[in-house]
Amino acid sequence: MYRYDEFDETLVRERAKQFRGQVERRLKGELKEENFKPLRLQNGVYLQLHAYMLRVAIPYGQLSAKKLRQLAMIADKYDKGYGHFTTRQNIQFNWIKLAEIPDALEALADVEMHAIQTSGNCIRNVTSDHLAGAAFDELEDPRPWCEIIRQWSTFHPEFSALPRKFKIAVTAATPDRAAVKVHDIGLVMKRNTQGKTGFEVMVGGGLGRTPYIGPTVREWVSKQDLLSYLEAIMRVYNRYGRRDNKYKARVKILVHELGVPEFARQVEEEFANQNAREKVLLPQEEVDRITAYFAPPKFETLSTKSATLDAAIAAEHHFARWCRNNLRAHKIPGYTCVHIALKPQGVAPGDASSAQMRAAADIAEKYAFDDIRVAHEQDLVLPHVKLDDVPAVYAALKANDMHASNAGLGSDIIACPGLDYCNLSNARSISVANEIQALFADPEFEDEVGALHINVSGCINACGHHHVGHIGILGVDKKGEEFYQILFGGRADEKAAIGEIQGPGLRHEEVAPALKRVISKYLELRTSKTEKLADAMTRLGQAPFKEALYAAA
Amino acid sequence: MPLLKDGKTVDDVWAFVEDGHELSPGGCIIVSLGRFLSEHDQLLARNRSIGVRLAVSDDPALLARFLDQLHLIELQFPKYTDGRAFSQAQLLRRRYGYKGEIRATGQVLRDQLRLMIRSGFDAMIIDEANAEGVYDYSAHEFSEFYQAASDTTDTIFIKRQKKREEKAAE
Ligand code: HEM
Ligand code: SF4
Repeated sequence: MYRYDEFDETLVRERAKQFRGQVERRLKGELKEENFKPLRLQNGVYLQLHAYMLRVAIPYGQLSAKKLRQLAMIADKYDKGYGHFTTRQNIQFNWIKLAEIPDALEALADVEMHAIQTSGNCIRNVTSDHLAGAAFDELEDPRPWCEIIRQWSTFHPEFSALPRKFKIAVTAATPDRAAVKVHDIGLVMKRNTQGKTGFEVMVGGGLGRTPYIGPTVREWVSKQDLLSYLEAIMRVYNRYGRRDNKYKARVKILVHELGVPEFARQVEEEFANQNAREKVLLPQEEVDRITAYFAPPKFETLSTKSATLDAAIAAEHHFARWCRNNLRAHKIPGYTCVHIALKPQGVAPGDASSAQMRAAADIAEKYAFDDIRVAHEQDLVLPHVKLDDVPAVYAALKANDMHASNAGLGSDIIACPGLDYCNLSNARSISVANEIQALFADPEFEDEVGALHINVSGCINACGHHHVGHIGILGVDKKGEEFYQILFGGRADEKAAIGEIQGPGLRHEEVAPALKRVISKYLELRTSKTEKLADAMTRLGQAPFKEALYAAA
Repeated sequence: MPLLKDGKTVDDVWAFVEDGHELSPGGCIIVSLGRFLSEHDQLLARNRSIGVRLAVSDDPALLARFLDQLHLIELQFPKYTDGRAFSQAQLLRRRYGYKGEIRATGQVLRDQLRLMIRSGFDAMIIDEANAEGVYDYSAHEFSEFYQAASDTTDTIFIKRQKKREEKAAE
């Protein structure tokens, strides 16, 4: 994991001090809320329905036990004993007091963390594949480049008052686990024809009220040119992105209005015009220094099979199911990646108590090379666990009620906070998610249905990624009443697609039964168990499923 | 409102002349980009200090060939969340090598001063009673930078490299 040097440390300390000053001016009335707002936003402080909310960056989703324990401390001391992991590898504290936020930022700085640029119209926390460095299907570890982008984008003097927020995601694996195509910039590491590793650059993906899949603006840019190329994109956006209407201000609209070829031409022209002073070139030793922090842990040479694990699987069917659903292939024989699904039945997706955070920290330290990741599905992941240790890890998770066996399945729902916390919401999301989860209360049924992403947003801002769920659910307000539109056909992976709204909205209590009919229809129509719901919809079209959706008894 | 130049309050000797209005015979004048581009021969022949005001959507490239004859360029912040002038300032300083004054007007708030200084502004009109104090504080709030900009190229990345080289030389 990257460690701050004195420079990184100085900056986060100075930032905490700066924000303390701004909060003091605000509390004394010297700073109007209107002028304070953009400042607090750039420190991840939102004003929500009930209280201020603090969003803390977890760059590219990586945590250590020490960091996670500090988050637990903050949850206990400044919040109500829990935190909420989000879809962009952040954690949010929903009940924090404004006057205490500077202290919380100091506490974060103590463990090399911050809330810098987690909101506001700037370059946000850079996200990545939660299996980075562990996945068997990646070209190389993308995290050094995420860290380089994090540093380059921190307090960028030119790009801190952009037309709108700006999100960058990086992956180096063929299956896209970082949803890069729904980011303002998506970077996919790949080789060019000479075999050199660089990045494919996509610009203008995004969700919200006008969802787009990000088109490729450049097939390949070298590592050396990456930051200069990003500067060129950012400058074109900063100068020409729309500022007349906040709903049309994201880069996706600029790309769409100009057309991809013209946008690409402008970026190329800006890139070509950069002089030597303007190029952002890192010395190779600096790239090497940062890369060295991400060296693989000291893996042992092990066999691909573990007798201990196999015996435990044979002995206990709950454990067997958990292994089937929550383990992912690791690049090193004898190791695996463990998903900790923060989605037990009936809880707000992504919530973790301080006790659970501490438990995960202990487990990571004992069994997982002190490495914990946050996945965009609002789950935690232990990327490097020895197969032999899996039964012990499971037992420790179970002791803390973190052993939900549903990773990637129907009840592993992404949902935004909705009406329970959010002042922009039209409808509840958590309770809808909970009712859908209940459909999958029977594990055999859930396994039978198999891989399925259900995403719920409480309004058109799409924080719950409803556009890219296999089944998406969007809360809308009709004359003061909550209704839910249902979308089919979305995906967030390398075949990313935006789902289509099926028809009139359903009432809260109608949603779960309607989905149950859709799922039954799928079970009836699928060719075999290997044809997932998303694939069946591709093969058959959405019509039969739509019919089931509205076929109220 | 106080005018700050290099962090000190100074008298403002410049006056903006609206398009179509007569140029006063004395003093330093600022004109719009449109007027400058259509009248630059006469304006520069007056042999007096001349400045140009750019709107946020104006392209600084249009001034590139005149820059060594200009003494001031005014860039605007219609709202302090509108950051287009940061790009204009960086272009003027770093791409076109402009050395004269770059002045910020509009909604200039103390919390942007550091970004402005970094981007190449050396003057700003700011609504603060203690303008110098505020400037001094904001200018020094941060001591390290990841990005090269108009104020410094001594970035954290470069400092790290220097430290490595010093260590290697020992
Ligand atoms: C409760 C307070 C929250 C508020 C007020 C809020 C507000 C918003 C707004 C206004 C947008 C749309 C911005 C745009 O399209 O330009 C947005 C987008 C987004 N939010 Fe939230 N949000 C909140 C919580 C969350 C949470 C808890 C998550 C994660 C679970 C989240 C994840 C996202 C994501 C991923 C997007 C980006 C969608 C896109 O790419 O357009 N938000 N949020
Ligand atoms: S999608 Fe809407 S309701 Fe949900 S958190 Fe975002 S803004 Fe709030």
